Amino acid sequence: MINPFEIVETIRMIDDENLDIRTITMGISLKSCAGGDIDVVCDKVYKKITTLAKDLVKVGEDIEEQFGIPIINKRISVTPVATLVDALDEPSEEKAVMIAKTLDRAAKTVGVNFIGGYSALVHKDYTNGERILINSIPDALASTDLVCSSVNVGSTRAGINMDAVKQMGEIVKKAADKTADTQGFACAKLVVFCNAVEDNPFMAGAFLGEGEGECVINVGVSGPGVVKCALEMAKGKDFGYVAETIKKTAFKITRMGQLVAREASKRLGVPFGIVDLSLAPTPAIGDSVAYILEEMGLEKCGAHGTTAALALLNDAVKKGGVMASGYVGGLSGAFIPVSEDAGMISAAKEGALTIEKLEAMTCVCSVGLDMIVIPGDTPASTISAIIADEAAIGMVNSKTTAVRVIPAPGKKEGDVVEFGGLLGTGPVMPVKRYSSEEFINRGGRIPAPLQSLKN
Amino acid sequence: MKAVVTVIGKDQKGIIAKVSNILYAHEVNILDISQTVMQDMFTMIMLVNFENNAVPFKDVTDALDKCGEEMGLSIHVQREEIFTSMHRI
Repeated sequence: MINPFEIVETIRMIDDENLDIRTITMGISLKSCAGGDIDVVCDKVYKKITTLAKDLVKVGEDIEEQFGIPIINKRISVTPVATLVDALDEPSEEKAVMIAKTLDRAAKTVGVNFIGGYSALVHKDYTNGERILINSIPDALASTDLVCSSVNVGSTRAGINMDAVKQMGEIVKKAADKTADTQGFACAKLVVFCNAVEDNPFMAGAFLGEGEGECVINVGVSGPGVVKCALEMAKGKDFGYVAETIKKTAFKITRMGQLVAREASKRLGVPFGIVDLSLAPTPAIGDSVAYILEEMGLEKCGAHGTTAALALLNDAVKKGGVMASGYVGGLSGAFIPVSEDAGMISAAKEGALTIEKLEAMTCVCSVGLDMIVIPGDTPASTISAIIADEAAIGMVNSKTTAVRVIPAPGKKEGDVVEFGGLLGTGPVMPVKRYSSEEFINRGGRIPAPLQSLKN
Repeated sequence: MKAVVTVIGKDQKGIIAKVSNILYAHEVNILDISQTVMQDMFTMIMLVNFENNAVPFKDVTDALDKCGEEMGLSIHVQREEIFTSMHRI
């Protein structure tokens, strides 16, 4: 029999330290639904999703109950919808939005809480369908509840499509204005990527990539609270010890993810794809990545030393997690979504954490400038410039970076925006007041970077 | 299907009697049992087997949850694999 101390340790992690499986995400390919007639396409999309995912929520709940581990979200990711738009006869924004509404309806029918993949990959250039889909994003997000959208504007191999960067600044602004009554909530469902991954189970950036199969189960784990509690036992110890402690904890967390992924894949009869080893915070007290950094000895997240602390955390989580799962993928790293992390919210409110510091942090951790509320009067060109900066970090460092900012209409620095639920509370953070307009208006492409002579 | 029943709380009369009665009534067989005091808390751990999976898992968890509420104890029933996968390579 297993040692009683180990049993109690597991139970304590779940009950007191917020250990959970953040998401089981079913990837569904929509390639077989492509066609010329929009009504036929919508019909096929709806049928395929509601057939393949009909048991997803039930299986998730059964696993939760039998293993006693909470599974917070059950979600679906699909083939980038731009592929479908490209195949339509006389494609239009209205038709693209019809597909978004179909996705929304299918997601509601099967009971998942988000569906991702209203996406386009334009890191080098646009196709007609991709251009139409991107133009339709504000309408699509404003007229649906559960659809998430992402656009890949750059990659290490292709460089950065600065026309797309310029356009995405405008799209983010439009999406915010269209949902002004909910303080720009549509922007919380829109991610702009560089080096987007094909098997990410986390929203809002999940989509099923070109190299994926018909249907797949990907799982995202969580557990910042568990890491924080483990580090409380390591007070005053050196960094070698800190890294070891994080690795051991990450191993245990990931084993849970692996178990749930295998079990869900078996019960649903769908292949297991990957476990995403991310530390994803929630606004719940004790479930914060910022608190882990503070536990390492920083007075407040954002203080000098934060980037180094995050680099150690991110690396140790991966090292611990890799051995615990057969297949690791997705984004795999620590997330730093400001509005979703109690410690980051507090640091941002006090002014300890600024966008500049967050940008530095994104060089060493997963994803990028995430869930950051900025003043509503921020010009589109400034948002584009923020996207360009993040994409440059991703492109040069061969890593995924992303921007999910919310220019909350009518809000200014010092205000606080409440999104509720997992999306949390966002203090409005100041952006630079100097214009980037001329820079963004140049358009064209930033060439792919050199991959040698690295310094 | 094997599961682990964990009872944590203040020691009192009748814990084993009540829990094992519920298990018996739901055709769950007790394979092993141990109890200890951890950080001043009474902790009882049972390894059990759902014989032929005759009774739905949820019925057992619901009955034990109710018992736990009445006695002021925290009772968990979880399939054994969650512990073996976390703590054994």
